[in-house]
Amino acid sequence: MSEQGLRLRDFSAGYRKQPVLENLQVAPLPPGKITVLLGPNGCGKSTLLRALAGLGKGHGEVWLNGNDLMKQPFAQRAERVVYLPQSLPAGVHLHVLESIIVAQRASGGRLSTAAQQEVLALLEQLGIAHLAMRYLDELSGGQKQLVGLAQSLIRRPQLLLLDEPLSALDLNYQFHVMDLVRRETAARNMITVVVVHDINIALRHGDHALMLKQGKLIAEGAPERVIVPETLASVYGVKGRIERCSQGTPQVIIDGLMPARLG
Amino acid sequence: MTTDSSPLAQPDAMAQYQRVLRRRLLWIGVLLLAILASLLLDFTLGPAGLSLETLWHALREPASVDAGTRIIVWDIRLPYALMAMVVGAALGLAGAEMQTILNNPLASPFTLGVSSAAAFGAALAIVLGIGIPGIADQWFISANAFVFALFAALMLDGISRWTQVSSSGVVLFGIALVFTFNALVSMMQFIATEDTLQGLVFWTMGSLARASWDKLGVLSAALLMLLPFSLRSSWKLTALRLGEDRAVSFGIDVRRLRLTTLLRISILSALAVAFVGPIGFIGLVAPHIARLMFGEDHRFYLPASALIGALVLSIASVVSKNIVPGVIVPVGIVTSLVGVPFFLSIILRHRGNV
Repeated sequence: MSEQGLRLRDFSAGYRKQPVLENLQVAPLPPGKITVLLGPNGCGKSTLLRALAGLGKGHGEVWLNGNDLMKQPFAQRAERVVYLPQSLPAGVHLHVLESIIVAQRASGGRLSTAAQQEVLALLEQLGIAHLAMRYLDELSGGQKQLVGLAQSLIRRPQLLLLDEPLSALDLNYQFHVMDLVRRETAARNMITVVVVHDINIALRHGDHALMLKQGKLIAEGAPERVIVPETLASVYGVKGRIERCSQGTPQVIIDGLMPARLG
Repeated sequence: MTTDSSPLAQPDAMAQYQRVLRRRLLWIGVLLLAILASLLLDFTLGPAGLSLETLWHALREPASVDAGTRIIVWDIRLPYALMAMVVGAALGLAGAEMQTILNNPLASPFTLGVSSAAAFGAALAIVLGIGIPGIADQWFISANAFVFALFAALMLDGISRWTQVSSSGVVLFGIALVFTFNALVSMMQFIATEDTLQGLVFWTMGSLARASWDKLGVLSAALLMLLPFSLRSSWKLTALRLGEDRAVSFGIDVRRLRLTTLLRISILSALAVAFVGPIGFIGLVAPHIARLMFGEDHRFYLPASALIGALVLSIASVVSKNIVPGVIVPVGIVTSLVGVPFFLSIILRHRGNV
């Protein structure tokens, strides 16, 4: 049986002898949809993404479109999964175009005209063709994030893992990046998992949500079902409510911290 | 703002990129010519004051000139000039790869203790006569220097992998190696007799006067054998510049890449230092110039750094022969004097970001 989507069974991950995530069970995350990964700092969000990409240690089963990634050699897994870290190192003297060709060629293959056309088309799709010959260093944070997205997409992943892609971006770029991620996720039928900190962004752009606390899955499902006053209180320790604004979109309003528990 | 790219942008960008690639090839050609010119200059200038015609005859028909001229041309000038080129290329290539795998623009065989370790190896051989038993006399000091340089380079790698410190931690460790081995060399100087002291001090200056056809052959062979491997890794090394996580996520076995690259660096820098002594800053300066001229596509960056290293050391060699009339100043002194202002400009440019 080849089940579509990403399913985790008894998945554990973490640093050395200190597991951050233990026996995680995740029902199939749907292809073509954005899954937002939520939780406070240190709850294991990055650990989960890194372990899924094979950058960190993990045990258990990770079924991606019917294949157990954990049983595949690393190179084969890298063909299907791309992890995009938060930021680029500073001082890299490469053109945008070069950096994407590098991503395309890093694991081999010939530099054909077709491959070059693919790079250009992707730049065009992401609206960064005019940056092609600029140096990475000269870009703004938002532009860098789009270039990172291009580096990831050129590898045609089935599973795209974005680690806090919005953390350094201004409001305009936050929406711009998420809109592009949504469009490409649907167009490529990828499973996209995004770590976001802003609950409202999660509510607005996510199709599916996972909420973690101390390495355990607290809630999963549609974002409106996951982001509710109970989970805001138990996971983040804040008092919040979800209200529909005058245009009908749900918004999270935080009223303050939960009163400190006694004992 | 981000979506207003014109439909013309596509072919334009690729054409622009092709132009950049062609320009880089052109610059590689220019560098080759400059090296050739510098070699000629290096070959023709020298304290013996031979005319161009005599030199040419001695090159074409060694039997047609007198023995003295023949020796000057074939045993001194030629190996000296070629050694400058090959040592410069080896240090330039090693420095470029080192800066990439350690992700630090201050990494070089000289700043990370490889040269100091070689000096200590040489000091043991010169002062105490400790070395690898059964090795021929002319290789005795070089072999010792090589073993210690290799040891230092491998230790850098070991420390980075076992302790998993960041790359700046590795650089700090390298600096610790510099101080340790320099102290040990001073200790050797302290206990040395007058004769051996002179030999040791002269060795630590780094001089091309130690060039010989044998050494030239060994180093050239190593360079020619290792360069293809460097070029084969060039895409992976370029990807590593985008950050280790990104590179791993692109399916690159970064640990293996680091290890094999470090092995190449170790052999090249250890051989270069073992044969001519510590020559500072070539391994630091050449990659920087290469980066400014060619960017960091390692298909160009690595060979360019080797060529620039060759050119810089060759020019330094010409300068070292002509700066004081009738005397050949050890070339290590010249490169260090040029290197210091360069080093400072690098630090100033990065403004603490190094």
